[in-house]
Amino acid sequence: MGASARLTHWLKTAVGAPSSTRRLGKGWESTNPSRSSLTFWLKGAQALALAVAVCFSLGASDAGSRFNNLGHRMMCTCSCAQLLGECNHVGCTQSGQERSELAAMIANGDNDEKILGAFSAKYGATVLAAPTAHGFDVVAWIAPVAVFVAALLGTILLVRRWSGVSFKTEKAAFKNGEFETDPAKAALRDKIRRETGADGGF
Amino acid sequence: MAAFGSLALLIALALAAYNLLAASLALRLIATGQQARISPERLADTARRAGIAGFVAVSAAAFALVYSVFINDFHIAYIMEHSNVALPGPYKFAALWSGQEGSLLLWAWLLAAYGFVLRLTHKRDVKLYAYAGAILAAVQVFFLAVVNFAAPPFALLKGAIPEDGNGLNPLLQYPEMVIHPPLLYLGYVGFTIPFCFALGALMMRYPGEKWIKITRVWTLVTWLFLTCGIFLGMHWAYAVLGWGGYWGWDPVENASLMPWLTGTAFLHSVMMQEKKGMMKSWNVWLIFSTFLLSILGTLLTRAGLVSSVHAFAQSSIGDWFVVFLVIVLAVCIFTYILNRKHLKSDQQLESLVSRESSFLFNNLVLLTACFVVLWGTLFPILSEYVVGNKVTVGAPFYNRVAIPIGLFLLILTGVGPLLPWRSTSMRSIKRNFVVPVIALWVMAIICLVVGIRPWKDGAIDQGNFYALVAFSISAGVLTAILSEFGRGARVISKQTGKNFFVAMYLLVRRNTRRYGGYVIHIGVVIVVVGLAGAAFNQNIEKELGLHDKLNIGPYTLECMGFTQDSNANYNSEYAMLDVYEGGKKVFQMTPEKRVYLATEQPQTMVAIHSVISWDLYVVYEGANPDTNQPIIKAIINPLVSWIWAGVLLIIFGTAVALFPSQKPAAQKGGQ
Repeated sequence: MGASARLTHWLKTAVGAPSSTRRLGKGWESTNPSRSSLTFWLKGAQALALAVAVCFSLGASDAGSRFNNLGHRMMCTCSCAQLLGECNHVGCTQSGQERSELAAMIANGDNDEKILGAFSAKYGATVLAAPTAHGFDVVAWIAPVAVFVAALLGTILLVRRWSGVSFKTEKAAFKNGEFETDPAKAALRDKIRRETGADGGF
Repeated sequence: MAAFGSLALLIALALAAYNLLAASLALRLIATGQQARISPERLADTARRAGIAGFVAVSAAAFALVYSVFINDFHIAYIMEHSNVALPGPYKFAALWSGQEGSLLLWAWLLAAYGFVLRLTHKRDVKLYAYAGAILAAVQVFFLAVVNFAAPPFALLKGAIPEDGNGLNPLLQYPEMVIHPPLLYLGYVGFTIPFCFALGALMMRYPGEKWIKITRVWTLVTWLFLTCGIFLGMHWAYAVLGWGGYWGWDPVENASLMPWLTGTAFLHSVMMQEKKGMMKSWNVWLIFSTFLLSILGTLLTRAGLVSSVHAFAQSSIGDWFVVFLVIVLAVCIFTYILNRKHLKSDQQLESLVSRESSFLFNNLVLLTACFVVLWGTLFPILSEYVVGNKVTVGAPFYNRVAIPIGLFLLILTGVGPLLPWRSTSMRSIKRNFVVPVIALWVMAIICLVVGIRPWKDGAIDQGNFYALVAFSISAGVLTAILSEFGRGARVISKQTGKNFFVAMYLLVRRNTRRYGGYVIHIGVVIVVVGLAGAAFNQNIEKELGLHDKLNIGPYTLECMGFTQDSNANYNSEYAMLDVYEGGKKVFQMTPEKRVYLATEQPQTMVAIHSVISWDLYVVYEGANPDTNQPIIKAIINPLVSWIWAGVLLIIFGTAVALFPSQKPAAQKGGQ
């Protein structure tokens, strides 16, 4: 099985497209609306995330795009704080030399990791425009995601705590396709909003 | 003049110290009910008057420095280092903030000016204003101590007085530089006022949400100043640095972005407190964080902790800022712990799917973005400390981490306004979201059809992918916001019988805050569209002999020669390029390179021709010493003008939001 076939198979398994469609078909609203639709969306989001991740893990292939790509992953070392691919200082003593070296390494058939490693060894770690995925540098990439996930969980817990008992009732209401706990109130609010075109301000 | 300026600063420091001590004593007496020889109210009033007099003293010092620049008083070291005789008038004025000492004096002056307004308007709530004024005086004492002892702007030059000064940094000799730093500083410094009110309200256990209403205008105006300052800085970088971009994730840029992000979060979450009495602790900490981030940003960039291209701002006053930061943080934590029970929320959330929740998620995303920026700025220091290896955290890191967060935030920009307060129904969601979702998908399909595809030569194209997502979400968000306007206007039209556009005007007048906010959101969407255009940049660099041509986008550039010019301030070389479009000459561009005589530093002056679809951006990179022919770099930057147009909309929206809402006739009559 090729990579693309494996990916297609995985996506189908993850989304569960055919069986899900059957389950979600005619009677999903009346039988168990929230659960089945939620499952569908969760699986969809999962598949989308995977597809994006796979897409981003693919690299540029031809020499021109590799030069451009690598040129934007390294800094010019003349202290101008610009990316190598964008440095345009008149009489810059570094960018020309660095670009020539980069072009030579690409022509030599060196892979990206080897090129970045060679530049890092020659000019120091600061030549790389972003932290690597090795050693302590990994922390740079993990921390934002960890903070976001922690903050997201914190917010959800906060919402649960703030909403207290009503959150449980809301879950029950959600199953019936309505977020409003009291149907009479919901109808009244909808009427007010419809007739005033406003909902109490920004 | 140097003696006058120094004396004025010393008097200002003494007045600020008196203000702090007298106000603290008066508030203590009021709180404890103790008797004293002077009534605490009178003592507090003398403190307030000292604050007003302090503004006059700092103004005199600022005037003394500017005047000294204009009369070329080179025995003042600061003026010798940052000005010269031939410097044009407006830039002499800009010399006030072009160096460390001057910019701190500007900070102190703006702080005093804000304090002046605060102390004049104290009758709105005398006690709260007294608390806020005392805290402001404490901040003033710090800045005035810095300009008096650590970075004195009137320090005299030792030895012989030179006939001419070193001149202003060439990077700063650009019209925007005359207004960008003051606006940025107005933003930074302005957040001190809501901070003072928040801390003061917490200290005095202020009942109700009135302090929020009092600070609303302060916060919004300050936020606008900071926004304008940031975008003017972007435009300056775009027009002066000559690399074709506008944001380089430099630590100084990041330092301005962090308080902006927390300030934006505060502007949103504060509505929860006003409307629902919720998120009180959160709001207090948001405004504390905004102020602390302003100080932290200053510390990071001025103490030389992180390397920045804004080298002109670095010095050794970091220790002062570290001490100040620690003291402020300690006071905030202590006051919060002491009075946190006072910040208990009045109400609870009714539903996960409501505007309240959308504000929570908006805050979550904004604060995550702030963390990413702070983390990226500090990681080189952390890495050096932990593994002894300094690394660079540049654009590739932020592009990968910050752009997805930005796009998520963009989605919330559209989703939030469509959700009503308290709770909603599935029917309401369907009704509000169907059209925006359709618009999103239609835009995605259009993008794919016109060739904006997230893949290229069999590989993923990250720029195109983000552009596709950004354009699609922008279409959805724009539709969502416009549909809100349309829905409201239709209701008004039905009620009043006025035509749709008059109804739209009436709608906005009835709730300026809400619809001003929507206009700001539209502005943000327009800015995002402009930023996404960067994915389609094209550039070409070529040496051009006489009548040689260069093709880029729809344009052909023909070199008509290059020449030199000079004046008292600089020598310049520039190329003359005729630009043809469709075989017809449409205009001429003259990109320039200047060498300033005083500093002997070169400076690029980019030629930019801007149309709605793109900017033609031409840089003269100098003459090839071997062939003596000009080297020209031409860049097509798509949609850049959308960024500046979006900012104008943000300014307009903020102005609308600041405008008082018109009360309905029935309500007026009833009052």
